[in-house]
Amino acid sequence: MIGNERLAVRKTYKLYLGGAFPRSESGRTYEVHDAKGAFLANAAWASRKDARDAVVAARGAFPKWSGATAYNRGQVLYRVAEVMEGRHAQFCEEVAAGEGLSSGRARAAVDAAIDRWVWYAGWTDKLAAVLGSANPVAGPYFDFSLPEPTGVVAVLAPQRSSLLGLVSVLAPVLAGGNTAVVVTSRERPLPAVTLGEVLATSDVPGGVVNLLTGDAAELGPWLAEHDDVDAIDLTGAPAERAMEFEREAAGSIKRVLRPPAVEPDWSADPGLTRMRTFLETKTVWHPKGF
Amino acid sequence: MATPPSPDRPSSVFEYAPAPESRSIVDIAPSYGLFVDGEFVDGSGEAMKTVNPATEEVLSEVAVGTADDVDRAVKAARRAHSRVWGPMRPADRGKYLFRIARLLQERAREFAVLESLDNGKPIRESRDVDVPLAAAHFFYHAGWADKLAHAGLGPDPRPLGVACQVIPWNFPLLMLAWKVAPALATGNTVVLKPAETTPLTALLFAEVCRQADLPPGVVNIVTGAGETGRAVVEHDDVDKVAFTGSTEVGRSIARAVAGTRKKLTLELGGKAANIVFDDAPIDQAVEGIVQGIFFNQGHVCCAGSRLLVQENVHDEVIAALQRRIGTLRVGDPLDKNTDIGAINSAEQLARIRELSDVGEAEGATRWQPACDLPDRGFWFPPTVFTGVSPAHRIARDEVFGPVLSVLTFRTPDEAVAKANNTTYGLSAGIWSEKGSRILAIADRLRAGVVWANTFNQFDPTSPFGGYKQSGYGREGGRHGLAAYLSTGDEQ
Repeated sequence: MIGNERLAVRKTYKLYLGGAFPRSESGRTYEVHDAKGAFLANAAWASRKDARDAVVAARGAFPKWSGATAYNRGQVLYRVAEVMEGRHAQFCEEVAAGEGLSSGRARAAVDAAIDRWVWYAGWTDKLAAVLGSANPVAGPYFDFSLPEPTGVVAVLAPQRSSLLGLVSVLAPVLAGGNTAVVVTSRERPLPAVTLGEVLATSDVPGGVVNLLTGDAAELGPWLAEHDDVDAIDLTGAPAERAMEFEREAAGSIKRVLRPPAVEPDWSADPGLTRMRTFLETKTVWHPKGF
Repeated sequence: MATPPSPDRPSSVFEYAPAPESRSIVDIAPSYGLFVDGEFVDGSGEAMKTVNPATEEVLSEVAVGTADDVDRAVKAARRAHSRVWGPMRPADRGKYLFRIARLLQERAREFAVLESLDNGKPIRESRDVDVPLAAAHFFYHAGWADKLAHAGLGPDPRPLGVACQVIPWNFPLLMLAWKVAPALATGNTVVLKPAETTPLTALLFAEVCRQADLPPGVVNIVTGAGETGRAVVEHDDVDKVAFTGSTEVGRSIARAVAGTRKKLTLELGGKAANIVFDDAPIDQAVEGIVQGIFFNQGHVCCAGSRLLVQENVHDEVIAALQRRIGTLRVGDPLDKNTDIGAINSAEQLARIRELSDVGEAEGATRWQPACDLPDRGFWFPPTVFTGVSPAHRIARDEVFGPVLSVLTFRTPDEAVAKANNTTYGLSAGIWSEKGSRILAIADRLRAGVVWANTFNQFDPTSPFGGYKQSGYGREGGRHGLAAYLSTGDEQ
């Protein structure tokens, strides 16, 4: 380049796996384009091996994340929103480019995504009160039921809404204390990579969230059949493959969140179904007596 | 069956005298049809025989429903849902359930005797546990019918429609109640498939529905075996599938409903750890261990089939346990003295024998008390395996019989690791005098129900269900309602 204009330093978009940013072990990348078809970046194209590594990382991170106090988890998740806010402009650029939105609509989507994250951060220490119960059994027992995280959740993230959609499926998994292996939107993965950078600098322990850029159609079957995955969210699964993934998931009795007929409007009130899907209920009986 | 004194079994100061419950209170018909749309109708399949497992006597012939029969039942349920049960005032739905609860109480002895005859369980258990709990489930859910907006499932939770329910043979009436009561309370109608070997109390329940004037089609009962169950689960016009049974069948049901709109809940197998710490009151723990594994002949998905004993009290616990097991009476289910009844079927007996033989072949030590078993019927003595390693099949596979596997641990961490080292996650027990330890261990167990200093307690207000491959969804309590309602925030 000639003249005084500074040459930009471009980012290498990589996976976020076990708290680190590796390339795909396969060495594969694929081209990511903006909504008009212009080249944006080469994204890592995650492989089956990457997915398996991600499950190992998520399982390893589960005891600490699920064992953290609800207050602590809430603070860590709120911290994520704080750091997202600091990357606001970058998210807007990436969302606008990937989704072909005007800057105003991109900003609205990013605002909503950050606010959604805050909403879920505030849920961590309410879930037990709202979803738990003291059960008046007909006997001398203190009997109570509490929600507990299901474990490792595989998430096939929405294909269209690259940040708000992603946050809307990832945050409910984390708020309940689960760890996640996420396959991002294939065509629009860049906001997810940036979210990985946010997570890496937000006190979220490594391995709690693992983000795989690549193809849900390719990785879906491996995650659906993986015995150490406890639940799977099929939101971003290709419509014609969702039934097959659900069948695979039956092998280890996974909890399955079925895909919607069409990708929903993510700005709507999320409700509790997503969190509930990835929570178990534990009932404890303790005798009363002198 | 009276067992003579032996070194393992000191003679009592009291002489044993049989105290059989009269079976004259039940009137078993020579044959039964399907209960569809409020009427008993013939099944299209070849009728099957149901036998008393304690004597192998044929009790009755029961219709077998085919896919066509199932279709008629689902149509009846759909009609009843859209025309009667759905539009009905919720308070009236509740009143029907109260009526059913009362009828079950009124006819409790009849149900208990019939259950023991068809299932083989001791009358003490059918009389004191199965039937009263079944009535309690209807009573509890009756009250929910007009309070669903307060159940924490959104302001206007809606019934799903037609629920099909497939239940096992271990608690035939109680599992019916666990399934039917919440389904009806939430405004759904039901097609129920009872277990092949234990259909009779469900058919008596059909009569209760008629006595309650429950509108035709609200409850339909289609008897049969696996093929009938498959037809029920795979019927296109069903909105909800609820299954209790083996993990293997649960998997195939989850595959069958994949890609459909059907909401699914599964209550599957278990291999529960019952953890005894060295500070536990040993006599009390021994009672709990016995209750945990020999209740209902061990035909209990949440049975405490893996005893984890802290190493320093192992010998003391085992000695006390063997002493106690020596006093258990095995025999006639209708005898009020009986502790352990008949194994439910020849098929189940074969499985228990096979896994017990594998236990010995893999190197564990089998102990059984001296115990005379009746000549006819299906019987297996209470059995304890010591020296079991976590890799043994009797430590991993669900035996579903009166067979206890004993393992040891040294530290709480080891106890938790061993307890969680299973693909199942239905229940667990903890025995300790230390409350803080109980709660800390309970936190770390990956199981849906944890009993502290007790075992095998059930209550309609208390959610029951598993983690991991023990299934998903809960039965009982506020949580159980979610299985039968649409909250409106699903996609």
